[in-house]
Amino acid sequence: MILSKGTIAPGFELFATPDRKISLAELKGRPVILAFYPADWSPVCGDQMGLYNETLKLFGKYNAQLIGISVDSKWCHAAFSESRNLHFPLLADFAPKGTVSRLYGAYDETDEESERALFVIDEKGIIQWSYLSPDEINPGADGILDALEELSLVKI
Amino acid sequence: MSRLKPEVSAADHHQGNVKASIILVEYGDLQCPYCRRAHPLIKRLVKERGNDFQFVFRNFPLREIHPYANAAALAAEAAGKQGKYWEMHDMIYEEQDKLGPDFLLLLAHRIKLDMTKFNSDSKSEELQNKIESDFESGIRSGVNGTPTFYLNGFKLLTYDETYKSLADAIQLESEMKAH
Repeated sequence: MILSKGTIAPGFELFATPDRKISLAELKGRPVILAFYPADWSPVCGDQMGLYNETLKLFGKYNAQLIGISVDSKWCHAAFSESRNLHFPLLADFAPKGTVSRLYGAYDETDEESERALFVIDEKGIIQWSYLSPDEINPGADGILDALEELSLVKI
Repeated sequence: MSRLKPEVSAADHHQGNVKASIILVEYGDLQCPYCRRAHPLIKRLVKERGNDFQFVFRNFPLREIHPYANAAALAAEAAGKQGKYWEMHDMIYEEQDKLGPDFLLLLAHRIKLDMTKFNSDSKSEELQNKIESDFESGIRSGVNGTPTFYLNGFKLLTYDETYKSLADAIQLESEMKAH
């Protein structure tokens, strides 16, 4: 079971590049979108991370920061990110493998990969929306934007 | 989840029977190879079943992976300003491997567009905004890759890159409408 609405988002600090870590704590004050996904280098035109890369402008309207997380290593992420021209960080839940994915209930113990799970966390660090997608289905970005929209309405 | 929004309007490019109660919408990228593969299927569908449905194309350029997708979308929209949207759209898909800025100009020449108008339209904010708004509507409708089709507002989940999957979907929808 993935963590649901109303839960405090578990903190973490993971490598975003070969020499820099990002923590959830440092993102407080703005909405955060966490996108756990099984593996870098998946195929199909406009696959999930590629699609989100194209959607950054729309996420930006809500001042939200998008973060991708998988169990791939920081070096793998660096190559994947460069090849797809990604403009958001990919975190390596690599050592010990899957620790953060487990905290969010988004780890597949059989395949030893993160599940395809989405979380929208508000400015205070509370999960306001979560969604678990079947592994083979790219969940798109409509659910994320609906959740961000709702957050921005609540604030007003 | 995954319902088309907003609904089809006069601002959309359409083919087939505008009065038909069946509407097939494609979100596509003019530089996407999967969309290129879908293109002849759509052409055939409009030719064979064009009386039964309306086809609408909305722009969903994946700019980070397809460097000419946006320029191609602008070129097609600019041709549309001179009543030749579909001519440009078709040529781009049919010769997609040649895509580039010079090639888009060549195509505009080929269909005898007013080049001064074409050049200014393809840089216009109005057309760029239309492309952005198509893209946003796609994201809000749950598009997760290209091409994505919507049949009467619902995401078509049965498309498998074959003509049959599209023709069957139209057929099923028209049988449902008949009841």
